[in-house]
Amino acid sequence: MTSTSSTSSTFLPDKRSGPGVELPPPAANFVPGRARRRLLNWLTAVGFQVPALVLFIGLVLLPMLFALYAAFFRWGGFGMPSDYAGTGNFTRLFQDDVFLGDLWRCLVLVVLSLVLQLPFALAMAVALNQRLRGRAVYRMLFFAPYVLSEAITGVLFSMVFAPDDGLADHVLGAIGLGGLGGEWFADPSYVMATLFLVLMWKYFGFHMMLYLAGLQSIPAELTEAALIDGAGPWQRFRNVTLPLLAPTLRISVFLSVIGAIQLFDLVWVITQGGPDHHSETMAVTMFQYGFKRYQVGYASAISVVMFGICLVFALAYQRFVLRRDLEGATTNMRGDGK
Amino acid sequence: MGDRALSRRGFLAASAAAGLGMTALSGCGGDSDGGSSDGTTTIEWWNISTTEPAKTVWAGLAKKFEAQNPKVKIKIVQLENDAYKSKMTALTASGKLPDIFHTWGGGVLKQQVDAGLVEDLSDKTKPWADALLPVAKKPYILDDKPYAIPFDIGMVGFWYNKALFKQAGISTPPTTWNGFLDAVRKLKAKGITPLALAGKEKWPGMYYWAYLSMRTAGIDALQKASDDKDFTAPGFVQAGQHLKDLVQLQPFQKGFLGAAYSTPTGEAATVGNGKAAMELMGQWAPSVQADAGKGLGKNLGFFPFPAVEGGKGAITEVFGGGGGHALRKGAPQAAVDFLKFFASRSTDMELVKKTGTLPVVQGAESALSDPNPEAVQAQLKAATGFQLFLDQAYAPAVGQEVNDSVAALIAGSKSPEQVTQSITKTAKEEQ
Repeated sequence: MTSTSSTSSTFLPDKRSGPGVELPPPAANFVPGRARRRLLNWLTAVGFQVPALVLFIGLVLLPMLFALYAAFFRWGGFGMPSDYAGTGNFTRLFQDDVFLGDLWRCLVLVVLSLVLQLPFALAMAVALNQRLRGRAVYRMLFFAPYVLSEAITGVLFSMVFAPDDGLADHVLGAIGLGGLGGEWFADPSYVMATLFLVLMWKYFGFHMMLYLAGLQSIPAELTEAALIDGAGPWQRFRNVTLPLLAPTLRISVFLSVIGAIQLFDLVWVITQGGPDHHSETMAVTMFQYGFKRYQVGYASAISVVMFGICLVFALAYQRFVLRRDLEGATTNMRGDGK
Repeated sequence: MGDRALSRRGFLAASAAAGLGMTALSGCGGDSDGGSSDGTTTIEWWNISTTEPAKTVWAGLAKKFEAQNPKVKIKIVQLENDAYKSKMTALTASGKLPDIFHTWGGGVLKQQVDAGLVEDLSDKTKPWADALLPVAKKPYILDDKPYAIPFDIGMVGFWYNKALFKQAGISTPPTTWNGFLDAVRKLKAKGITPLALAGKEKWPGMYYWAYLSMRTAGIDALQKASDDKDFTAPGFVQAGQHLKDLVQLQPFQKGFLGAAYSTPTGEAATVGNGKAAMELMGQWAPSVQADAGKGLGKNLGFFPFPAVEGGKGAITEVFGGGGGHALRKGAPQAAVDFLKFFASRSTDMELVKKTGTLPVVQGAESALSDPNPEAVQAQLKAATGFQLFLDQAYAPAVGQEVNDSVAALIAGSKSPEQVTQSITKTAKEEQ
């Protein structure tokens, strides 16, 4: 469960070390033997890499490969998989109404995030980038939900949206809108909407922070120049701010989509995918099969499909959307990566 | 901005780690062999007593055992019901279970036994285990060998609010299904929510279908269906139809599809706070009602699941299960000693008195003082048949499918026929 959230939060710092290890050695001008020095450098590099590599291979790569292997078996999780099922798990998967529903709900979440959450975060970021009394307080307040753990958020909102007794219904009742109070998470038709509300509350602050950082790196001179040229507020936003913020936007879209594909903890804590599968996500279905029904082979097939979707999306997004950003950053290493 | 140093490798690692990270979770689990240099043994005891007063009483018993056995330390791990099941699934897959762990017996225990992870208690618990109530030991006997020692036995039935029944003009609890539906109508007519249900957790809904199946198709049919992997007999469809009749009366509390069982807004609290008149629940219901809500005290009553007109089952056949403790294969002797201590008469009397469990040690009945546990105990003693909880009796996938498709029936998305077909399909997939 934590793996999902921790990846998204440690995502950015990781990048700095990108392809770093194979840096050319600094020019050696004192020479007790260049070769020896090279060897030393090489050994140092290997020495530093080994612990990380061992962990990565043991805890990420091997389990991944094993899941891929297990996905082709009917396997209950005990001993080694032996009952080969061919592509049976995958054909079953794409005939399973719940899984097809998962894909649909995933799409809905992605679209809602892109259409509602990110524009909202952007609007807040632009607003909080103005000179404004107590803006540090606002920034902190809006960012606070992101710091809260998913489990706590889940428990909190199950209480807020408890029918009749919850805060939401009380507030609606107090302002004379009692009729709007509903079953929230308990109603199959509204559960996704309520869930999205929680997701938005939880994550918009994170995107807002990204945008704020992006906004602050836009030189004030450009905006001033546009002002002198007679550009109105909208034109300044549209023609100066937005283009210069584009790299940040692209990253935030990426994180948002990956997050939606892998959504698990909040859903599990609040609804367990219910009522009647109406808020189930791929990760929840995988958990149900892997950890409740002991159909680990089938669960592995789900995780492989999830992985495939993430991978295809990540590659396509990088190829078609992020290319400009990457080229700017890696012009000196052209031959190495695309 | 962070994107300056983005690399493909980073993207892949991030997507991969998150996508498949779940698999790695199954690897975590305790592995203490217990023995340490100064001769003390530490045994891990995993249980699901997370609600008061059981939580404190059990911790006190562990302390008492430690005092009697200075060389033994007990490490208690308490997990909530569903979390416990998930965690145990992961541990079972990893091949190492806690020294002493809670079990309900049936299909799940059998899987753990088949995997070679559970200690056979035949010889280790002689002769003291013979003094335990036979019906309580039944769920843990697989292939004639006992694999766990019970500390509780019980059954599911309707727990009702006498005051609300009176208010609706229901003088005696119903004994037939039609009578029950009438009672529901009467309660509704008075503006009282007849039933509380934890729809989110699915297993409480399964109780209705299971009991109705026992009443219409009969206990033998449930056993046969499990053996033949065929649940499509007319009796099961009728059971679903009866449940559908009930659901169509809209008897459950508002938002029941999203309600949990033991949370402050859950099923138990709804009944415990007098907001619904009944719940179909096991013998632990009174203590959870009082823990999650206010509790009903003297207003709480118990009646067995009504008989269904024309059905094969009798009202005296009970559906339930208990709780027991199993040992991992190779657990230290201290763990066996603890089981013996926990199954002693004095421990059982304390459990009965303080935590509302039903006596499993002969002679401990004297500790019963409340009329409700007495009523349950009387039902159990007079039982003409016993069916273990379906999600425990069957293989996990089948049990979960029963829960899942009955939940769908209650939510209105599956017909009674489709329920039996889904369960059959899952049963056939499991070899």
